[in-house]
Amino acid sequence: MKHIKCECGHVNPEGTVLCEACGKPIEGNQHIDGNDKKKLLNMRYEGSARRSTTFNKSIVDKVWSFFSSVKVGVWLIVIALIASGIGTILPLEQYIPANAISRDPAIFYPETYGLFGKVYYQLGFHNLYSSWWYLIILASIGVSLVICSIDRFVPLYRALKRQKAKRHESFINRQRFYSQTEVVSQEEINTVKKRLQKQRYRIKEENGHIVAEKGRFSRWGPYVNHIGLIIILIAALLRTTSFFYLSEYVWVRDGELTVIPGTDSEYYIENKKFILDTYDINDKRFKDALAKEGRIIPSNFQTNVTIFKAEEPEVIGVEEDLVKINDFEIRMNEPAKFGGYILYQQGYQINEFSKMTFKIYQLNDPEAEALGEFTVDLFDPKTEYEIDSEFRVEVVEYYPDYTLTEDQVRSKTKDSNNPAFVFNLYPPGSEDAEISFVGDVIGSAEDLGIDTSAVDLQPMGNVIGSFAPSIDPTGENQYRILIDSIEFDRKSGLSIKRDYTIPFFVLGTLIFMIGVIQGMYWQHRRIWIHPKKEGILLAAHTNKNWFGLKKDIEKVIDGTSIQMVEEQKEDD
Amino acid sequence: MEGLLNASSTMLFTAFILYLVATLFFGATIKEKNSEQKKSGFAGKLAITLTILGLVAQLIYFITRWMASGHAPVSNMFEFVTFLGMCLVLAFIIIYLIYKLNILGLFALPIAMIFIAYASVFPTEIAPLVPSLKSYWLYIHVTTVALGSGILFVSFVAGLMYLIRQVDQRKRDARVVSLEVVLYFIFLLLGFILISSVFSAMNYSAIFEYDLNGKRVMTEYELPAIAAPNESTLVTEGVMKPWFETPSWMQGSHAGRKFNSVIWSMVVGSALYGLTRLLLRKRVGAAISPLLKKVNPELLDEINYRAVAIGFPIFTLGGLIFASIWAQEAWGRFWGWDPKEVWALITWFFYAAYLHLRLSRGWHGEKSAWLAIIGFGIILFNLIVVNLVIAGLHSYA
Ligand code: HEM
Repeated sequence: MKHIKCECGHVNPEGTVLCEACGKPIEGNQHIDGNDKKKLLNMRYEGSARRSTTFNKSIVDKVWSFFSSVKVGVWLIVIALIASGIGTILPLEQYIPANAISRDPAIFYPETYGLFGKVYYQLGFHNLYSSWWYLIILASIGVSLVICSIDRFVPLYRALKRQKAKRHESFINRQRFYSQTEVVSQEEINTVKKRLQKQRYRIKEENGHIVAEKGRFSRWGPYVNHIGLIIILIAALLRTTSFFYLSEYVWVRDGELTVIPGTDSEYYIENKKFILDTYDINDKRFKDALAKEGRIIPSNFQTNVTIFKAEEPEVIGVEEDLVKINDFEIRMNEPAKFGGYILYQQGYQINEFSKMTFKIYQLNDPEAEALGEFTVDLFDPKTEYEIDSEFRVEVVEYYPDYTLTEDQVRSKTKDSNNPAFVFNLYPPGSEDAEISFVGDVIGSAEDLGIDTSAVDLQPMGNVIGSFAPSIDPTGENQYRILIDSIEFDRKSGLSIKRDYTIPFFVLGTLIFMIGVIQGMYWQHRRIWIHPKKEGILLAAHTNKNWFGLKKDIEKVIDGTSIQMVEEQKEDD
Repeated sequence: MEGLLNASSTMLFTAFILYLVATLFFGATIKEKNSEQKKSGFAGKLAITLTILGLVAQLIYFITRWMASGHAPVSNMFEFVTFLGMCLVLAFIIIYLIYKLNILGLFALPIAMIFIAYASVFPTEIAPLVPSLKSYWLYIHVTTVALGSGILFVSFVAGLMYLIRQVDQRKRDARVVSLEVVLYFIFLLLGFILISSVFSAMNYSAIFEYDLNGKRVMTEYELPAIAAPNESTLVTEGVMKPWFETPSWMQGSHAGRKFNSVIWSMVVGSALYGLTRLLLRKRVGAAISPLLKKVNPELLDEINYRAVAIGFPIFTLGGLIFASIWAQEAWGRFWGWDPKEVWALITWFFYAAYLHLRLSRGWHGEKSAWLAIIGFGIILFNLIVVNLVIAGLHSYA
């Protein structure tokens, strides 16, 4: 390595712009920080020798310079910013609404947003934030953070540590804050020193040369915050692995005991009771808003559960024992925590159809007795039902979650939230079937003005069924099938998470915040006093908040003959 | 209950009036010789005192409304925007106490008042909290975001003042025009507030019926319908017939009504702007710039940067960190790429870019001022467009 010896005797590493000790501009290197074209010195990194600006030959040097450039860093940030914005134009795949035309993105985007939606989907923007190129942008920001920090931290640290009180005159008079005073008494200088100390400046002296410094630690702020960011990025990477991050979902019916998915059959959950509370529409406070909203608003939903742990049986082959861990009341914002897992209240379905009983009647006979009856278990629907009275019913179509959109009939989900059937009814001894449509209880309940997302239908299970349509599409039917009674279930949707990356995120965020505050709420201020014959040169520098520095100087020289610093500007 | 709520509205109104009077006194300081800084004269002291009194009044509004509703009043657009207005004033006071620049008040206070007026356009009823909002993290998150945005707002104001002061109004170039466009946006907002208050004072209402996802739904227009919802029928009788329908690609609930409001704001805002131009006989920027002749542009630049330096950490804490903690408590996912979250991230990226450009690439003065304006523009975009338009596309929370 070529070293550069300054006239003050200090030996600087290659690429140094301003001598680490006395600040004298080093000849031949002034182009690096652009000092050659300026009157004021670039104080950014104290003119220290950075790898990125010193070496530029090998490919490693080139990559290093590339990623340590703030210009590149800012470009990466701007690209990430624009890409993030694009991802919000249309909903992400995971936010396709439940009542959309289709939850299949290949259908949803073109159908809902036309050509634009189609292109958006084909470019993969419906999953933008997990696309490889988005991740590469984020990773590049990470690489850039590491390299730029290393590139600058070490030299900056060296330069700040080795700086001397005695500075070269050409360093002093090329500072932004600068003044010259012809005659200054030693007493005045002592007053200034005392006042500086009172303002918590640390003072270093060398043959009458003085440097007063405070808040140097704030210079490390950016490096600290960048370390925090790197930890956050690493945590985000870890989170993509199933060991560090697990997320499952489970539906549990009232009274049901079931294994919790994702726990290797270690934990079981029993849903003791699901509770849905709603705001009272007569509540004085909320009356107006509720009336305007025109629907029932839940105030709380919660699941009272017991969590069990499966103990290994002592004798192999015997069923395992369930040992109770604890009871929990899980609410929104109040998850249950046990054994490293967290259970969150997410959704609910208070009117899930479990059983529907139908009766067959002769058409046009209001007094008629039922000719037959059959019950469909909606968790296990059959394709055919034989009835004692020798009717036979064939299930042609079954829509568990029936909905009618502009041009089609379909099932929104696979859950029996609103069953509808197309039946083929074979009268006794007949080979010809009559076709009929029965179902859409929810649709007719809502037509009656019942908010089925908040009102329990169970108590009106029998009545409500009779309002459901039974349609004869051919107009030639002899019989009809009517809903006789319905049984409902209530179920609670809970999500299970286990996230070992949280501590990393917390650590990273904490370090980031400490670094940002350190760098932003404190400033590194230095004031130099350079003796000249009778008088002094006064110069000062800060990395931010020049206004505060000016006030400091005003205070310390108040009443002395020392000239207030002038703000030097570029001549251009 | 009713009494509390009435007291609460009265205090909000009082705060508004106090801010107005304070603005006048800040205006009066221009005449004082020593307008730059340091020992400010009588008018300046009175002005800042009135501002603080206004803030106290608004604080009383906040507390009494909290008592009346049982939850912190930051849970709907009216409450949040009002609270944001309060934070803008608070942030202004903080920065004022550091720099004692009177003329900052002349610009910051009126814009903060526009926000408070804008808030009152939204329904003011106390709304019940849905279960996902029932968390003290909501309060912590919302208050820090609002405070952070407030301080970034001061940076915007300083940037705007810098540009009005520095951009040469004699020749008509891109800078002059862009600056005028920024000012024009303020007129649009004013136009919206004005026309909304006029028709809401008249209790105007026109109801439309249309199909949304196969269901017949109704939407109430509080402004006469220029653009009706797509494929809708007007139910109310004796009101203005719509001129045309909102195009079908504008989706989401109440897309028509929102589009209609935008049209009205354009019309009234442009009329206001045109009228102002006619009276002034020059660009609005050119008319204001003499007020700023005595102000040191370096100081404005410094305030611009300082406000970002103070506001950025607070915004990060509230908009990203507390938001994630709350999302983690409520949904078990601290980050879900929801549009609101993404736009907070974009804001954060943007101010990070601002800081790097300023620190390492020497983007001072005018460039910094433009960035401060765009930055606050992004915050407003998240507040207004994402809340009212984009988020409306999602059946989320
Ligand atoms: C989103 C990501 C980033 C954030 C939030 C961030 C944050 C910060 C902050 C707050 C500062 C202090 C600024 C000031 O004091 O005014 C800073 C300084 C800095 N950042 Fe970043 N940064 C990010 C990415 C990057 C990247 C990718 C680079 C790569 C080139 C970089 C390079 C630097 C440098 C060189 C400094 C100045 C250090 C000094 O003054 O000694 N940053 N950063």
